[in-house]
Amino acid sequence: MTHLDAVPLWLAVPVAFLLILGSSLTLLGTIGLVQLKSFYERLHAPTLGTSWGVASIVLSSMMLFSWLGSRLVVHEAVLAVFVMITTPVTLMMLGRAALHRDRTEQSPELPEAVQRALGSAQAPEAAVSQKA
Amino acid sequence: MSATLLVTALSFAQIALALAGCFAGWRILRGPRAQDRVIGLDTLYVTAMLLFLVTGMRTGSSFFFEAAMVIGLLGFVATVAMAKFLLRGEVIE
Repeated sequence: MTHLDAVPLWLAVPVAFLLILGSSLTLLGTIGLVQLKSFYERLHAPTLGTSWGVASIVLSSMMLFSWLGSRLVVHEAVLAVFVMITTPVTLMMLGRAALHRDRTEQSPELPEAVQRALGSAQAPEAAVSQKA
Repeated sequence: MSATLLVTALSFAQIALALAGCFAGWRILRGPRAQDRVIGLDTLYVTAMLLFLVTGMRTGSSFFFEAAMVIGLLGFVATVAMAKFLLRGEVIE
């Protein structure tokens, strides 16, 4: 651990704090992923890790490597920006895919508002099919 | 003093992230439906990426950062491909 001895205390404290914060938030997010009941609730839990978890670990990594390299190191920021841009895209696509699958199968896991909308939308269809 | 603090924090972060990966893996194995498994895999990607970053901080080398970058890119592409497959039944139409 020679390179860690060179870090002064005023830098080590925020680095350690950000590390513990980020990893705890990521762990909490995955506990939510295991604990929550329906898929639509589980969709939200891991975003704790992809937002603040990634941000604080990347920040602490930037601070540590900036001190160790004696220059400003910002290439980790690319990773944080990339994750923050891509996570909403993937989760939106996953949510839409799940909604599509649940709708076609009339799954009871559907959120209530969607079920009500589906019920009112299907009534005219049923009437039409009876007529035909 | 600062090395002790940093090593403690790095160890805590590594253990917490490894546990988080275990939970995500549990959701992949258990997940009642395909979309649960996909979201578990996405979470596992992010967790592994963070674990690589923390390990890189511990060893002080920048190689782990490149590996984390590759994991991040591949994770995005893989999850989008699987979501597209669940939505349409095909990846490329």
